[in-house]
Amino acid sequence: MTYKYIPHTEEDIKTMLKEINAESVDCFFRDIPESVKLKRDYNLPDSMSELEVMRRLQELRDLNKNNLIHFIGAGSYDHYIPSIIKHITSRSEFYTAYTPYQPEIAQGTLQYIFEYQTMICNLTGMDVSNASMYDGATSCAEAIMMATSITRRNKVLVASTMHPHTIETINTYGHYNGYEVEVINHHNGLIDEIELLNKLNSDVAAVVVSNPNFFGLIENPESYVQKIHDNKSLLIMMVNPLSLGILKTPGEIGADIVCGEAQSLGIPLSFGGPYLGFLCAKKEYVRKMPGRICGQTTDVDGRRAFVLTLQAREQHIRREKANSNICSNQSLMALMATVYLATMGKAGLKEVCEQNIQKAHYAYKRIIALPNFEKVFAGPFFNEFVVKTNIDYEIIKEALLKENMMPGLHLGIYDEKLKNHILFCVTEKRTKAEIDRLVEVLGGLK
Amino acid sequence: MRKYDKLIFELSRPGRRGYSLPPIDVDVEDINSIIPEHLQRKTDNKLPEVSENDIMRHYVNISNKNYGVDTGFYPLGSCTMKYNPKINEDMASLFQTLHPLQDESTVQGALKLMYELSEFLAEITGMAKVSLAPFAGAHGELAGMMIMKAYHEKNKDFKRTKVIVPDSAHGTNPASAAIAGFEIVEIKSNEDGTVNLEALKAALSDEIAGIMLTNPNTLGIFEKDILEITRLVHDAGGLLYYDGANLNAIMGEVRPGDMGFDIIHLNLHKTFSTPHGGGGPGSGPVGVAKHLVEFLPKPHIEFRNNKYILNCDCPDSIGRLGNFYGNFAVLVRAYTYILTMGKHGLKHASRMAVLNANYLETKLKDDYLLAIDGICKHECVFSGLIDKSTGVTALDVAKGLLEFGYHAPTIYFPLIVDQAIMIEPTETESLETLNEFIAVMKKIAQIAKEDPEYLKHAPYSTPVRRLDEAKAARNPILKYEANE
Repeated sequence: MTYKYIPHTEEDIKTMLKEINAESVDCFFRDIPESVKLKRDYNLPDSMSELEVMRRLQELRDLNKNNLIHFIGAGSYDHYIPSIIKHITSRSEFYTAYTPYQPEIAQGTLQYIFEYQTMICNLTGMDVSNASMYDGATSCAEAIMMATSITRRNKVLVASTMHPHTIETINTYGHYNGYEVEVINHHNGLIDEIELLNKLNSDVAAVVVSNPNFFGLIENPESYVQKIHDNKSLLIMMVNPLSLGILKTPGEIGADIVCGEAQSLGIPLSFGGPYLGFLCAKKEYVRKMPGRICGQTTDVDGRRAFVLTLQAREQHIRREKANSNICSNQSLMALMATVYLATMGKAGLKEVCEQNIQKAHYAYKRIIALPNFEKVFAGPFFNEFVVKTNIDYEIIKEALLKENMMPGLHLGIYDEKLKNHILFCVTEKRTKAEIDRLVEVLGGLK
Repeated sequence: MRKYDKLIFELSRPGRRGYSLPPIDVDVEDINSIIPEHLQRKTDNKLPEVSENDIMRHYVNISNKNYGVDTGFYPLGSCTMKYNPKINEDMASLFQTLHPLQDESTVQGALKLMYELSEFLAEITGMAKVSLAPFAGAHGELAGMMIMKAYHEKNKDFKRTKVIVPDSAHGTNPASAAIAGFEIVEIKSNEDGTVNLEALKAALSDEIAGIMLTNPNTLGIFEKDILEITRLVHDAGGLLYYDGANLNAIMGEVRPGDMGFDIIHLNLHKTFSTPHGGGGPGSGPVGVAKHLVEFLPKPHIEFRNNKYILNCDCPDSIGRLGNFYGNFAVLVRAYTYILTMGKHGLKHASRMAVLNANYLETKLKDDYLLAIDGICKHECVFSGLIDKSTGVTALDVAKGLLEFGYHAPTIYFPLIVDQAIMIEPTETESLETLNEFIAVMKKIAQIAKEDPEYLKHAPYSTPVRRLDEAKAARNPILKYEANE
């Protein structure tokens, strides 16, 4: 039998075997001990034609609700994605290449990584960015390991207002890697500054805070960053890069290392991945960064060119002494974010931020005006907000799913104290009509 | 064609735009009354101002400076650069609008796909259970080493703080073990990269948590003593971790689980044909034997009462490895590939990959020095040219290949081979492609004798020529600055 991805004809196989004096393909496997060989066929489906495969996948798609109107965010955001992104990222010169080990024939990849690094630095106000990380949560764990290595201290103070899944990921890494995590409580939905300052001591490598935080609120690390630095600790900020169209940059605030999830920059929801972690820092820490970094140089003819650089940090050279075990980046996702940022541009990023803020606040005001809903936190927020209700979450969910809408996330699944607290998200994609319908359905529930 | 040399920032002109948004349709408030000014950015975001046409042409032009699998033969050893089927891309786009936290009842198809894929991978590898959570190969390795540690901790066997790694291993192996908090004990390999049993015996003790192995190893050689190795490690109380980098050599022939491995990781972007994306996203599922299932990353995807669920109640799990459930769209591609190939097709893929590698090995061994003379698996490793008098290095051979229109093989890895040239053709290359490549490799060997300087300065006609890498590291320019 021949397969469409395998070009060998029976004749080819015979020719090749004869040319190299081998009697059969089996002879290449003779060194495998008989006792471990698989002596049966795989228990897997038989080969399928393209049409059959498509049908099977379409059946799986149809078992999902694929066109829900999302009022849920919590780390994954339903934003508008310009059409141009998929046309550029589906060029196979980009997506069928690998890590640019041969820079002479990989300038396309290297140049967009350089552009990506530039945009991430300019957005965050930081000096240096790497070529990207797996996702937001792992970028935060890497930032922490970087901070423990810089400060030679072993403990991090982590805001409880970070995404619970990110805190869990940080804990996973910490348990095995050996750093200690202490979670700081929140007060009015923001990190409890008094508790934070009380716990700053000479063991603390870094304070980790996200902005906007898990509740959508805008944290203000500017008010305590000096005390962190006085303690010779670092400030790690985990930010939603989209929000930096409006919000104060980590650079302006004085952060030392910045990480986060950049899915909001033109990357589809795709049931949670692939997404795009990013990591950037002050320039004095560049040699402590994990992952690939692209730099500018010249070729022998003096032309501007780009190349992976500062590789003495990495596993293929340093092995167990490397800054990180990471060997890849999320290059194609970094390209998506780069094209998104180029497309939205200087003015568009600000405009999209304003639309998020205005629409979320419109929805917020209308929901908290309903008799069965009330506000929870008073501080300013970006595109997510928490409301409390006396209606059971399951009832809300069923009612909205009937309308093809997905409500915000029930926070009671993470914290018993937050039972019937819902984290709503409203992006620029939601129309007034959709928001009004949401409010109408919520208002009709008892 | 014209040489294009602009950065996107250099196309920017104030007032141009590449986007459009609908006018805002809700009642608006003054933005300063919502977000106090001291929480707003003061600095320019410095994003470019460009039209859509500018953007499209820019990225098409720079894409033309790239070489991908769709451009031509890409024999990058240890990376399994096989053809990336186009239906995989189309199928991945069927699930783009699913939010990871939307109600479980509305994502039954996505969960079913993940459940079935993990069952397929468990069958292919002979493991009890596979988690799809790790984002890449190195992430799968890290997950595997965390599982190894969790197992010993559960047994209150806290002395086991060291992991054995052969010197032929990928750099990620010792790095992943170190990030998981282990000390590394490196053992010297035999000349063919296989495990030296005496060195292994000497290294084993009650402080050893386990060993990390690649089989076939990084020289493309199968560990003929694998059963003895697994027996020795298990008898000493350790676990065996299998690096799945080279799974493309053995599908349908032998399974890591049957060899006695306890933990494995796989690279879906290698064996299972998902694109490498210029360096990612990949996917690195981690699989375990029966006694380790409880330690797999959270959440576990299960089928209960006729429903697929994300079970977060797994107290012995190593925990979460990321915000959601892995690189889902990559999983869809791998699932599509497995269905397309089917049970016989996967085995045939490995057999043809091995045939191709052995064909290249035999055809090139009169000009290039074989690291190990004998049959190989899916890749073959040479130690530079046979004629060492020319001074032509592995790097020069690689650059010569670029000049003649090929991607280069992996060079200088594995570290235990001097002037290593590691060639992995994969099964998706035809006899004609191999013959053309062989002819070019022979031509390069000939040029090395007659005009070595030509190779030392190659390539010539690529978009750029050899780069000053020392300058890049000495004086790092890591972002674009206007007016530099």
